[in-house]
Amino acid sequence: MNTRGLRSQPKDSVPVTGMGQQVGAYGVQDTLRSGFSSVKNELLPSHALELSEKNFQLNQDKMNFSNLRNIQGLHAPLKLQMEYRAARQIQRLPFLQSSHLALDTLKGNDESISFEDILNDPSQSEMVGEPHIMMEYKLGLM
Amino acid sequence: RKMATLSVCQPQLGGFSFENCKRNAVLEAEVTKLGCNIPSARKTGTTICGVVFKDGIVLGADTRATEGMIVADKNCSKIHYISPNIYCCGAGTAADTEMTTQIISSNLELHSLSTSRLPRVATANRMLKQMLFRYQGHIGAALVLGGVDCNGPHLYSIYPHGSTDKLPYVTMGSGSLAAMAVFEDRYKQDMEEEDAKRLVRDAIAAGIFNDLGSGSNIDLCVITKGRVDYLRPHDMANKKGVRTGNYKYKQGTTGVLTKSVIKLDLEVVEETVQTMDTS
Repeated sequence: MNTRGLRSQPKDSVPVTGMGQQVGAYGVQDTLRSGFSSVKNELLPSHALELSEKNFQLNQDKMNFSNLRNIQGLHAPLKLQMEYRAARQIQRLPFLQSSHLALDTLKGNDESISFEDILNDPSQSEMVGEPHIMMEYKLGLM
Repeated sequence: RKMATLSVCQPQLGGFSFENCKRNAVLEAEVTKLGCNIPSARKTGTTICGVVFKDGIVLGADTRATEGMIVADKNCSKIHYISPNIYCCGAGTAADTEMTTQIISSNLELHSLSTSRLPRVATANRMLKQMLFRYQGHIGAALVLGGVDCNGPHLYSIYPHGSTDKLPYVTMGSGSLAAMAVFEDRYKQDMEEEDAKRLVRDAIAAGIFNDLGSGSNIDLCVITKGRVDYLRPHDMANKKGVRTGNYKYKQGTTGVLTKSVIKLDLEVVEETVQTMDTS
């Protein structure tokens, strides 16, 4: 069985690079955008579930695509990922709230409710992104 | 600080946010150094149980919610609605059981609308165990799930880390050992409804009287094919005593010696009208 696609993101028992902060120009840490750094803060996650929650959707998708590939062949996950990529492009500018309706319908999230819908709803967040910087980040100009 | 960076570059995501964990750990260390305690979560410290009888399921629960050593709620409801034919008792952290059962109830409703069938107990069980395992036991909800679906009556016990057991009789909570003792002694297969109700009532009563974390009344929920009896309260095992003495004095106890009435003359001295400045 092809297990290459099943490799999930690492867990929090070992210091990992997933916690790293943003690197700015010249490979030095970006104080302006990510604030002052501290080795202890970046090395270990603050909660046992932090890493696993950050990568949960990714790991689920990897597992599902790998299963699909083993059962139906390579074309199945390929076609699905193509549709996901197309649906992901239907959204508003990054600082505005997009509904992700097409993407949710494809993934089946429109028929389930989880903590992502109840806690920390992004449409109700008190902080708003700075439009220019978010656009630059999205277009890769930063 | 971390929140500022996320909103600068990437859009916010929903769900659990772990920003304050480090700050909370630091606060807890400081507070412990001073000798105080941080407030604890409200637990249900409970006795809950369920039993399968001839035609269906009987679920039972006590009604005390504790916060450390104090009783936070003398009559809380621990039998939660999941779907018209499925109910769930919850022990552990009160908020966790509430939110978990509500989320699963919503998901099951959406799922049953999508399949246009009555939901099955196994579906609810699978959804609950997958969610609890995802959060690795940090959601402290120990549940007794019971219901009647197209395949008959089913009873599951679900532990906070995500393991489940499908059994004819289950107990959970701090009073589970007391209740299980009653079950082990008197459980029989294919009981009648009245026997099953009496057995569950006695099991919960054993938990109430022998465990400090359980108390107050006994709630029962009888689920059969096409009928649900939510008996709240089924039995008030711990009724608050009635005061036998009365400290009110009868009218006329004090004798009247003299009576004098002074009229206060109130006359209008000055009348002014102040207009509001609405410019």
